[in-house]
Amino acid sequence: MSRQANRGTESKKMSSELFTLTYGALVTQLCKDYENDEDVNKQLDKMGYNIGVRLIEDFLARSNVGKCHDFRETADVIAKVAFKMYLGITPSITNWSPAGDEFSLIMENNPLVDFVELPDSHSSLIYSNLLCGVLRGALEMVQMAVEAKFVQDALKGDGVTEIRMRFIRRIEDNLPVGEE
Amino acid sequence: MADEALFLLLHNEMVSGVYKSAEQGEVENGRCITKLENMGFRVGQGLIERKNTVLLLVDLFRFTKDTARFKDELDIMKFICKDFWTTVFKKQIDNLRTNHQGIYVLQDNKFRLLTQMSAGKQYLEHASKYLAFTCGLIRGGLSNLGIKSIVTAEVSSMPACKFQVMIQKS
Repeated sequence: MSRQANRGTESKKMSSELFTLTYGALVTQLCKDYENDEDVNKQLDKMGYNIGVRLIEDFLARSNVGKCHDFRETADVIAKVAFKMYLGITPSITNWSPAGDEFSLIMENNPLVDFVELPDSHSSLIYSNLLCGVLRGALEMVQMAVEAKFVQDALKGDGVTEIRMRFIRRIEDNLPVGEE
Repeated sequence: MADEALFLLLHNEMVSGVYKSAEQGEVENGRCITKLENMGFRVGQGLIERKNTVLLLVDLFRFTKDTARFKDELDIMKFICKDFWTTVFKKQIDNLRTNHQGIYVLQDNKFRLLTQMSAGKQYLEHASKYLAFTCGLIRGGLSNLGIKSIVTAEVSSMPACKFQVMIQKS
């Protein structure tokens, strides 16, 4: 009967919202725990880093991608494989720097911010900052030191959400210092 | 659609985060558990708050309006054990028991948030930290289904655990 069909669609809808809702609950809690947005942003970045250093193992085990030979390949893998696998979206890669060490990830829609509105009191909050930490942590585990930061945010009224990725250097040590 | 691995890692990081910023001791531990439980509660409410689900449940109550109250309750608990659990943890609850007086025990023999921790008794003292969010999740889901409850969990041997739901009659 139709009840069965309803339950099937609900399962799909509920699943895609679990992470988004959990992330929202986390950010809400952090905003309560910390006095100012900057501290929340830092905490999200740290947590993202800790997630990233573990996520990379899962990614490498499941994705079958080989070693990337340059930053352009890395960008492709991040956008077309990793984002697709974990968030179900494929950001586009644009704005390469002439030296090939910087690029932008453009997200038309950011699944983390479904149903989210940023109040005026939190105008400095980088809501999705976890993602920057994840990218940084994951890439560090494959010997790349990078900087990731939001330069456009749909939550703040920009048309798209844009993360700027910058290659800093190759990491030679096998055991990078973990963060607290 | 967000991948399960992301949720698992986020959940674990949330547990670590809550405990890292707290001090030692009974009171602090209680506070951390409450924080995690409250987060789970909000998420559980959010999961049930979808329009389709509301429509489904209007149907449910229309069909069962005239039957005894506990029959609705049981059907809702079965929904939690099957659809809800499958959506969140990709499997159903393995065993549901009730005393038909408002107490339900949901048994999950391979609880997804514990499978990575240990098989058996190792780290047992930490298990409650990893169950708090889920207790809240159940409580939040039930809350938006019109049921007020208290949810606790116990583990004797990982990764199996039991969630106890005590319905609060209003």
